[in-house]
Amino acid sequence: MSGFTFTIDGTEIAAEDGQTIMEAADAAGVYIPRLCDHEGLRHQGGCRVCTVKAGGRSVAACTQPAAPGQTVESETPHITKLRRDLVEMLFHEGNHLCPICEASGNCELQAMAYRLNMTAPTKFPYLEPCRAVDASHPDIALDTNRCISCGRCIRASLDVDGKSVFGYVGRGIHRRVAVNGSDLAHTDAAITDHAVSADVCPVGCIIRKRTGFTTPIGEREFDHGLIGRKIEEKRRG
Amino acid sequence: MGEPRLIEISPVTRVEGHGKVTIHLNGNNEVDEARLHIVEFRGFERFIRGRLLWEVPVIVQRLCGICPVSHHLAAAKAMDVIIGVDELPPTAEKMRRLMHYGQVMQSHVLHFFHLAAPDLLFGFGAPAEQRNIFEVLKEQPELGRRAILMRKFGQDIIEATAGKKIHGTGAVPGGINRNLPIERRDAFLGVIDEMEEWADAALALARDYTLQHAMLVEGFASFPSNYMSLVRKTDGALDLYHGDLRAVTAAGMPIFDRLDYSRYHDVLVEDVRSWSYMKFPFIKDLGPASGWYRVGPLARMDTVDFIGTPKANAARNELMAVTKGAPNNSILVNHWARMIEVLHCIEMIRDLLHDPDLQGTELRATGERREEGVGVIEAPRGNLIHHYCVDERDQVTYCNLIVSTTHNNEGMNKAVKDVAVQHLSGQAQITEGMLNHVEVAIRAYDPCLSCATHALGQMPLQVELFDAAGGLLDRRSSAT
Repeated sequence: MSGFTFTIDGTEIAAEDGQTIMEAADAAGVYIPRLCDHEGLRHQGGCRVCTVKAGGRSVAACTQPAAPGQTVESETPHITKLRRDLVEMLFHEGNHLCPICEASGNCELQAMAYRLNMTAPTKFPYLEPCRAVDASHPDIALDTNRCISCGRCIRASLDVDGKSVFGYVGRGIHRRVAVNGSDLAHTDAAITDHAVSADVCPVGCIIRKRTGFTTPIGEREFDHGLIGRKIEEKRRG
Repeated sequence: MGEPRLIEISPVTRVEGHGKVTIHLNGNNEVDEARLHIVEFRGFERFIRGRLLWEVPVIVQRLCGICPVSHHLAAAKAMDVIIGVDELPPTAEKMRRLMHYGQVMQSHVLHFFHLAAPDLLFGFGAPAEQRNIFEVLKEQPELGRRAILMRKFGQDIIEATAGKKIHGTGAVPGGINRNLPIERRDAFLGVIDEMEEWADAALALARDYTLQHAMLVEGFASFPSNYMSLVRKTDGALDLYHGDLRAVTAAGMPIFDRLDYSRYHDVLVEDVRSWSYMKFPFIKDLGPASGWYRVGPLARMDTVDFIGTPKANAARNELMAVTKGAPNNSILVNHWARMIEVLHCIEMIRDLLHDPDLQGTELRATGERREEGVGVIEAPRGNLIHHYCVDERDQVTYCNLIVSTTHNNEGMNKAVKDVAVQHLSGQAQITEGMLNHVEVAIRAYDPCLSCATHALGQMPLQVELFDAAGGLLDRRSSAT
């Protein structure tokens, strides 16, 4: 495997053939915001929060292969605003009531809003979905009012668990995540599935029953710092 | 004989939440009717349905920004029952108690110094621009400083036990999610003596005011009623966190006693009236006309046998001596009772801080699931009942809340009418200061209107039509 270099915001990044821009950036300790991408799952390029400009084109850093000599822009005011708008639209699409959500403090959407300095979702009209909570399963519940359609549970179920508990239904703005049964109890979902593990769902949609709020405020993942800090710590050594 | 008139006090100030008073004067300027209207609607009883049981203590505390801990703990206690836990690990119960005493203390301090003190220091009829906390700070800066720092102490206790000063997450079904680190304990112990000294001084202030204004206190919206609170199961002492229900008459005779609070429905009925979002509870056996009752600090003094901490107990004895041991019916005595409870909370906090169980690591218990649970607590403003049913999927199917201010609804309305008749009837000119007397009567209950408005039904909607010059053309109301 041969190596090459390219730049992100002027910083030289070492890469290997076949690596995406995000993979190379992660290895070099440069964090590119993302929501649908998750370690151990195949890339999807769905949420577009990882949008960067490579050679003047807007591309998803999680799926775009790095190229020798490429010039990538990531943390420019324009791209940061675009990411903030994307995140804000996700807040408007669902019912993201952080103060009462058990994912608060561990939620990647909330943490991304903080990282991108989104103060309050005020730009767009709220869609205010009203979907019933599916609590039929003895150990797992689904509140799809909080789903951001990242598809991480779909890929985890299919690729890691060898199941197809989750999948997309509908098209366009109506596309959303659903289960392959009349409700979750009528699927082969199990609490041991990777798809329902604590860190696959980035928000509070997939709920592991009877664990909510057991981690004290101050000890939750993003109480310790911004999302992406673990990648950036690599760079600082 | 002149035209009948309607006077509105809107909004009622220096209370939590939004309400208004309407006073109907007949052609002789006599008060025909006076009512406290609650003009906001919260509806938690309805929209909590379908949510998951462990979310409930976190969601329902959003009822209030002043006493969220009370709702947080009452809901957690109900959920303890539902997950089959009848006895919490000692660390969990003591952490919750610590949280609660911090909460009651800071809420009482807020009420006494920030909301009530302007009336007490400057007089009920003082100019409106004088009746606020900033004038209190100007007049008595040391008192104001203590008020702020005492409240801070209570809120710091809440933060240490719940994670945040307002709307934390400490109590979870079956227990608590943290213990108290040694360094936090030591920081609290470092200032507890000062807090106790200041609580002593505040208590003396409230007591002296009451005794020095005995005529005013006894004559101001003072009327007999029944009283209800929790009392400690073992000995009938004051217990703000847990106990059995006791109700007594205005003469101190028992109506019910040592009643397991899960049976509150056996003794209480909630009446609904079309002109208010707030329900009107009464004691079933006595009926709506004579079965209404009051809760809160003074009600607790009236119902308990004693207080289990020495200084607060001595202070209660002094208060009860005024009425020779019988229940005290004067609502302004609530301020004195409130300060006794502040001292009691500080005594309890001190005892708890010295208890090594607060550093224990067994935080939660589990049990066999049930479908229904009731949690009751003595909130700063009085008895607070949370009742839930949860299905086998862990989703709430039923919720009933009887909030302290709801218990006091009839009493507040009677106080409003009593003061209106006493101070407004027959007056040719009604001044702002006279109207403030009505607010003082409401304020003595320290009502939290936003906590108490969950009755669904016909909206108490009032539509008023004005002409271009601001003259009232017509009014249509659904109220009866």
